[in-house]
Amino acid sequence: MAVIPVERKPLNFVERTYLPQVLNGLRITFRHLLGPKDTMEYPEERPAISPKYRGVPTLVKDPNLREKCVSCQLCEFVCPPKAIRITPHSIPEGSGREHVEKEPLAFDIDMLRCIYCGLCEEVCPEEAIVLQNQYSMSGYTRAEMVNHKDRLYEIGGVLPDSHHKWDKKKAAEEGSSAHH
Amino acid sequence: MVALYESLPLILQGLLKGLAVILVIFPIAGASSMAERKVSAWIQGRPGPNRAIPPWFAWIPILGPFLQRIGVFHLMADGLKFLFKEESVPRHVNRLYFVLAPAIAIVPAFTTVTVVPFGAFLDPTGRVIPLMLAPVDVGILAVFAISSLSVYSLILAGWASNSKYPFLGGVRASAQLISYELSMTLAVLPVFLWVNAPGSAGTLSLARVVAFQSQPGFWGGSWFLFVMPLSAFIFMVSLFAETNRQPFDMPESESDLVGGFHTEYGAFKWSLFFVAEYSNMIIGSGVFTLLFLGGWNPLPWIPLSAFAEWTHLADHPVLLGAVSILFFLGKVLTLIFVFMWVRWTVPRFRYDQVMRLGWKILLPLSIANLIAYAIGIAFLQT
Repeated sequence: MAVIPVERKPLNFVERTYLPQVLNGLRITFRHLLGPKDTMEYPEERPAISPKYRGVPTLVKDPNLREKCVSCQLCEFVCPPKAIRITPHSIPEGSGREHVEKEPLAFDIDMLRCIYCGLCEEVCPEEAIVLQNQYSMSGYTRAEMVNHKDRLYEIGGVLPDSHHKWDKKKAAEEGSSAHH
Repeated sequence: MVALYESLPLILQGLLKGLAVILVIFPIAGASSMAERKVSAWIQGRPGPNRAIPPWFAWIPILGPFLQRIGVFHLMADGLKFLFKEESVPRHVNRLYFVLAPAIAIVPAFTTVTVVPFGAFLDPTGRVIPLMLAPVDVGILAVFAISSLSVYSLILAGWASNSKYPFLGGVRASAQLISYELSMTLAVLPVFLWVNAPGSAGTLSLARVVAFQSQPGFWGGSWFLFVMPLSAFIFMVSLFAETNRQPFDMPESESDLVGGFHTEYGAFKWSLFFVAEYSNMIIGSGVFTLLFLGGWNPLPWIPLSAFAEWTHLADHPVLLGAVSILFFLGKVLTLIFVFMWVRWTVPRFRYDQVMRLGWKILLPLSIANLIAYAIGIAFLQT
């Protein structure tokens, strides 16, 4: 590497008193004193979160408000820290959704264990579990930090669905049975 | 009311005056500490403390949120916190002097207030009567004598703490005080040379200096800041050093001495040091205002008597006194803002730089300044 000798100019008298520099500094700080503030006052103002953000895992419903989860338990098995616990349950007769395989009776995600890896979202065949843009979880007890099924649906909400997999399956079944 | 006050025994009068000092200086010092936090925040692009609010204030529509934004309740919360915190005394300290030091810090800080005139009114004959708690004629001498005592508290605190950093802080405090006291006093001398013209009665009174700045005419009415800018500058720099403010806060030096002399202190004892520092700032700014900024005169070349004539306040001594106190307080608070503004602009000097600045630059400068003005005044006044 080449060494470039830089000639250092000697300071003149006014510069050696440092007073012009101090005055200039006072001018700059005074401008900042009156200028806009950079702080985002958090609970009232929130940062914009990207839709790709990998936040708290949630359960979602399809546009017909049917819960998408079919209790296949793939997420439970893939979850590295074993944060998910599902109790499967068969769908009761006469509910109009008997064609869907199963439903979860209980679906608990322990947010003290969750590592936000997103494997559950990736493995889910029904696109029922989604890591959305919720980023702040807090509670006073360990029990409060476990998200139960109703809470998961509450923060999950409804996501658009273009497949309508189970509706198609039902329609196909009915069509074929009409043939017979 | 004045007659009732005069009829009280002397001890009771003194007690009332002392109470007045505490009741005025403590809130101003507290408000200054809040202002310090706010100014630092604004300069750094933050909104500053603006959260605390007691519920019954939150119900007041506009005033409540405004007070919350400017952080008034943080100040109260801080004060309460200091009162109720555990008073811990480390085991290795010299207990008596450790407890004594904060008290010694407060005493000179509050004593100097009594000899500083802070306002004036006109008596029926049109004479300007200064308002002060202890009307002594030695004015500036008393201020210098008592305020120099405050360094003993820092030395005592540093020594009694019996650990390295506080000790270094105490040593630095004493060295710094000795270095800057000299140039400070020398910077003030030209003012008193000018005021004490030959033939007139000699005085060191601060009120007399203000009266001198309220004379008619171009030279009579101009503040000493314009007549003696170098004196004012040296006095200001020394004031920064004397009150241990950045860029001269050698005794404290958070970055290299942890907290300096108050490293081992906490709770109310620590806050006493803080109040003492702020009241020293207030007194320093007050003395600077009286000496160089025309005291309670509203503007240069407009003395208080002329102001009273225009506004017809001359017949209302109480009202005029209050207005003059406001003028004085406004100047003092502006100077305190300058203290804070400089603190958050200029980084701290190194110890050897402080010593070099004090002994090699400010002291020769103030001596030269004194000689130059002495010769000039000798030519003008004889």
